[in-house]
Amino acid sequence: MVSASSGPAVRVALFITCFNDTLFPETGRATVRLLERLGHQVEFPLEQTCCGQMHFNTGYQREAVPLVRRFVDTFSPYEAVVAPSGSCVGMVRELYPMAAELARDRWLAERVEALAPRVFELSEFLVKRLEVTDVGAYYPHRVTYHPTCHSLRMLKVGEAPLELLRNVRGMDLVELPEAKECCGFGGTFAVKNADTSAAMLSDKLRRILDTEAEVCIASDNSCLMHIGGGLERGRVGVRTVHLAEILASEAAAEEGTKR
Amino acid sequence: MTIKPPDAFSPGRTPTFEESARTSLADSQLRRNLGKATQTIRAKRAVAVKEMPDWEELREAGRALKSRVMRHLDEYLLELEESVQKAGGHVHWARDAAEANRIIAGIVRDHDAREVVKVKSIATDETKLNEHLEHEGIHAFETDLAELIIQLAGETSSHILVPAIHKNRAEIRELFMRELGVAHLSDKPSDLTEAARLYLREKFLAAKVGISGANFAVAETGTVCVVESEGNGRMCTTLPGVLVTLMGIEKVVPAWRDLEVFMQLLPRSSTAERMNPYTSYWTGTSEGDGPEEFHLVLLDNGRTDVLDDETGRQALNCIRCSACLNVCPVYERTGGHAYNSVYPGPIGAILTPQLVGIGKPGPDSLPYASSLCGACYEVCPVKINIPEILIHLRGRVVRNRQDRGGPRAKLDPENAAMQLLAKIFSDRRRFEGAQKLAKVGQLPLSRGGEIRRLPGKLAGWTDVRDLKPVPDETFREWWRNNREIG
Repeated sequence: MVSASSGPAVRVALFITCFNDTLFPETGRATVRLLERLGHQVEFPLEQTCCGQMHFNTGYQREAVPLVRRFVDTFSPYEAVVAPSGSCVGMVRELYPMAAELARDRWLAERVEALAPRVFELSEFLVKRLEVTDVGAYYPHRVTYHPTCHSLRMLKVGEAPLELLRNVRGMDLVELPEAKECCGFGGTFAVKNADTSAAMLSDKLRRILDTEAEVCIASDNSCLMHIGGGLERGRVGVRTVHLAEILASEAAAEEGTKR
Repeated sequence: MTIKPPDAFSPGRTPTFEESARTSLADSQLRRNLGKATQTIRAKRAVAVKEMPDWEELREAGRALKSRVMRHLDEYLLELEESVQKAGGHVHWARDAAEANRIIAGIVRDHDAREVVKVKSIATDETKLNEHLEHEGIHAFETDLAELIIQLAGETSSHILVPAIHKNRAEIRELFMRELGVAHLSDKPSDLTEAARLYLREKFLAAKVGISGANFAVAETGTVCVVESEGNGRMCTTLPGVLVTLMGIEKVVPAWRDLEVFMQLLPRSSTAERMNPYTSYWTGTSEGDGPEEFHLVLLDNGRTDVLDDETGRQALNCIRCSACLNVCPVYERTGGHAYNSVYPGPIGAILTPQLVGIGKPGPDSLPYASSLCGACYEVCPVKINIPEILIHLRGRVVRNRQDRGGPRAKLDPENAAMQLLAKIFSDRRRFEGAQKLAKVGQLPLSRGGEIRRLPGKLAGWTDVRDLKPVPDETFREWWRNNREIG
């Protein structure tokens, strides 16, 4: 087994996201296990709640501003903030400046500007910040990867998740056709425009099934809950697993939690 | 004359996007027609753009030029007026659709014309010019093939560039046989085009007045430009003795050389062509060449209100290429009619509510007609940050409802839920309490490890998806138990 380590130890604050904290704790546990295995020190600031993305993107922006302040207060002391979610990191990096402007708060804007570059989605933290592409994972399954829109187009993580996956031992990674097309989740879009969201989901599911993969991987549990919920409803026997859980899996103690 | 369904620019209430989308999504023929067309044009555009080593620089130049125009719009418009007048043209200012239609109908009446020929123009769709002229006893013939198709069918456009994208060849063949009285017709594109050509040729030759929109107008020279693919536009702008152009005020560009940028960006983005087939430029009137009389009608119709919003005003930079429609996963499935606006797709979702004003249920629903995937921003030739504007407009919609909606808006279930959640997230202990409550609260919903049905609005989720129940231990509970012992 290759022992994976990655440069000098970094003190990492885990931004779990309210969604993962409540609904997908196994993704959080995997993120902690992975970062610790790579020799880094993980801290979990308990004061964190929600980054405010749902409020902000649904139009409840005045209501989101206190959550933005809270996030900045909680995470400003850390040298690196890492989240297993492209979407929530996208909110912090790309939309917090807009929130600060809306609040007409120069001080908040300055603190956002200072903090935002230190907030990373997990795969970009590993590949771009730590420069590690082989984390010593083992996952003997046929899988396909769906790049989520916000990690792709807001954060521009590019090939980072795929570079990590290509180094996972035992894995049969199959390319997902039309991978870059949105799965149709879109936050409250899935409820407000449920019919359109369902139409987009159907096409994504069809393409996943075409790959004959047994597992669909992504770096956002929100999209995976949508995709996985559709797969489960159809009883098709394909499961969804977060990228962090794949990367945390090792030969001896494999843990791809069924969803 | 067929009465077209009302849209955001008509008086009265229009349906919301989600209401209309339900109908469109159920139309399997529409889904197939649209899916095929958008996938084809998407792939072609990608090839056309990849050929250009300086594409990103061109996009940036386009963005910068348009932003400059918006910052100094007043000056460029006055310069344009002066240049057009100097070249022998007449300039009219229309603050809204009604005024524009009155001006144009007046010009047509002054020449005793009962029929006019038209170049495809979304501005005239916006003002409902054809309907207005019809009321005055003047018939407008659409000469763009797709515009002719939907005019004959009594429908509205469903795409900025390809108005009849929702129809296939078989449907068009039947329409032509019925409406043009053609006895024998195949569904070959060349035969369909020939039928339209024979019908239109006599209209071009007989018309005394031609009406067009404008893709660009150059302030420095007074030159107006129409970009098209069929040659019908060239005929409309050169054959009739009188030419009237209706142009949104945002279409002005400062100088002739600026067209170098847009003439590269536009064809590759819209039709995936390296060079546009028919590009007509004219500067006022010329003795013995083309129309003897030229009128330019400058249309505001809400545009100065859009200019007032520093974030939202980017929407005015649009050059109507329709690349954002072709890549949009929502548009691809619902089609243009679900937007109930002459401007459908992502650009329509940001432009329409701003032009007609926030506070109307139909247009207010448009900024929500997006999963915020960002594909539109990636292809926009003038780099309009559509996702950002969508979010910005959602904020304006909600704030307007909260501040002007009265007590009913406060009791709105969505508003109530959002207020409650904001309160929960504002305090760690409250958040942890709510996590515990969620575990208890879901018990009546969970069946055999899956939630199959949620109540109320949330049923939209469980209509097509199962939901995993909230696990027994939250992450923070695990952290406390395993990492913070003692």
